[in-house]
Amino acid sequence: MTAALRNLSLALLIVWLVLPLLPLAVWSVAKSWFFPDLLPSVWSLDGWAHVASPRSGVLAALWETTLIAGLVTALAILIGLPAARALGMHRFRGKAGVEMLILAPILVPGLAYALGLHSVFIGLGLTNSRAGVVIVHLIPTLPYMILVLAGVFANLSPDMEAQARSLGASPLRVFRHVTLPAIRPGLIVGATFAFLVSWSQYVLTLLIGGGRVETLPLLLFSYATSGRNDLTGAIGMIYILPGVLILLFASRHLTGQGAGLGGVRP
Amino acid sequence: MTRVTLDRLTKHFAGADGASVRDLTLEFPCGELTALLGPSGCGKTTTMKMIAGLIRPCSGEVRFDGRSVLHQPPEVRGAVMVFQNGLLFPFLSVAENVGFGLRMRGTPRAEIAARVEAMLDRVRLPGIGPRRVQDLSGGQQQRVALARALVTEPRVLLLDEPLSNLDAHLRSEMRDLIRDLQRETGITTILVTHDQEEAVVLADRIALMFDGELRQFAPAAEFYARPRDRQVAEFFGGANFVPGRAAAGVFDCALGRLPLPAGAPEGTGCLTVRPENILLAEPGDAGALAVTVIDRVFLGTQTRLVVLAGDLTLVLIRPPAEAARLSPGDAAAIRLPPEAVWVLPERP
Repeated sequence: MTAALRNLSLALLIVWLVLPLLPLAVWSVAKSWFFPDLLPSVWSLDGWAHVASPRSGVLAALWETTLIAGLVTALAILIGLPAARALGMHRFRGKAGVEMLILAPILVPGLAYALGLHSVFIGLGLTNSRAGVVIVHLIPTLPYMILVLAGVFANLSPDMEAQARSLGASPLRVFRHVTLPAIRPGLIVGATFAFLVSWSQYVLTLLIGGGRVETLPLLLFSYATSGRNDLTGAIGMIYILPGVLILLFASRHLTGQGAGLGGVRP
Repeated sequence: MTRVTLDRLTKHFAGADGASVRDLTLEFPCGELTALLGPSGCGKTTTMKMIAGLIRPCSGEVRFDGRSVLHQPPEVRGAVMVFQNGLLFPFLSVAENVGFGLRMRGTPRAEIAARVEAMLDRVRLPGIGPRRVQDLSGGQQQRVALARALVTEPRVLLLDEPLSNLDAHLRSEMRDLIRDLQRETGITTILVTHDQEEAVVLADRIALMFDGELRQFAPAAEFYARPRDRQVAEFFGGANFVPGRAAAGVFDCALGRLPLPAGAPEGTGCLTVRPENILLAEPGDAGALAVTVIDRVFLGTQTRLVVLAGDLTLVLIRPPAEAARLSPGDAAAIRLPPEAVWVLPERP
């Protein structure tokens, strides 16, 4: 009974997640597909051919998006790790306020702060550049990184690092051989969030990049509004790729590692 | 073998980050197991962490064999601490945990493997190396933690409440293991505990701390026979405090003039005698005190009697067979052997 229920809910979940993508997949290989036909009347790989040609700019945008998301993820780890450690392991005055401020970018709509930021970035000369886009992407990604890692650090016994030092590890080696392995699952989750949040940014990229920094969501949007359904379908397929890959990776590597999060507590 | 000396060691904490320590001067003898005993919050763990180099003292000195080690960070000091709950690294196997310290010192792999295996044998966990630490019982984790510290051959071994998370039967097993390993290796060992019984069984000497200060430092037996003050006596299960005045080998108090053992402090204070040292006597015996029994509790291997002598309440612990004939309300007689009483002078 419970097994049947579980399988049913699993099936529903898959349908719920995958079904909306099916038409997109079909569109990517359709030449003409009109109502009320169930399937396209003419099939074609033109959409994919166009995507693969340098002329479409899709490959360049794919590279740009990956590069930006990668840089954003790396910077988010560098900035987020010390912050998360402080929040997770130490008590200090005004901690609740700091947590609130870190959460703020998730709570406030992106468009609201993007307009204000735009003028600031113009002043700093950071608009229309990849650097500016990377920096602005840190705003919505850092909260996820810090929140996930702070939770992991809070579960870490503060004596764990002291124990490693006492056993003969220098501070640098404590980080490399103890702290890093202990927070690894959280780090992977945080990095995944950061990568995907950056990958899917539209408004911030458009505003700060000024159209000069062309990422996949920008390209996808312009094709989607131009009526080329086969191209939209093909780009859409590429666009969801990292999400699917990360999902597969996560289900394989992160399940059952809960024990690794908090250390051994008898 | 290393002699550890603390010289006027002081640490103040601003908030609730830890218990403070004041002016602690103490010498842990070479190759001995010494207990730092005291109620929680007395500063014993703070003291241990200062010896390990994990907390920097505000003032004072920590010396190993007469040389200050305060400038040495924990990783080179050679005072290895075993934390209360073992703190094994969950992302490493048992063997990798035990070999951690050697790996940090750059010991060759083959040597690490051999020493780890030998060490696991010594803590009576042979062949456990490939296991995950999550699969070990609490007692096994504690033994692995001990092995992880000992395999580095530390100058000083610091044990923080190593038995407090264990069940009663595991506790005595671990206690024997610690004692045996300490005797075999001869490593100067400092044990922090709040349990006086644990300290007595394990340690050659006990340093008793209250409130960040050293109160008495002596072999275990002295805390029973010659406690320094009432708080010390009470911490070791002492009872029966009779106010009065000691002079010329006699204690003058409500119970009469009682003879004292040689060397007892003089002046006003309290006479103390442990419950198990008060003897039952026959009425009319020389030196016997007439009392009335007011309570009798069977404790299993012992019986606890509460008697009234004048307006003083005294507690006795006697073998059940001896105490069985006395019921509440009965008249009885007791005797305080002169060698079993001690005087606790009033604190200036």
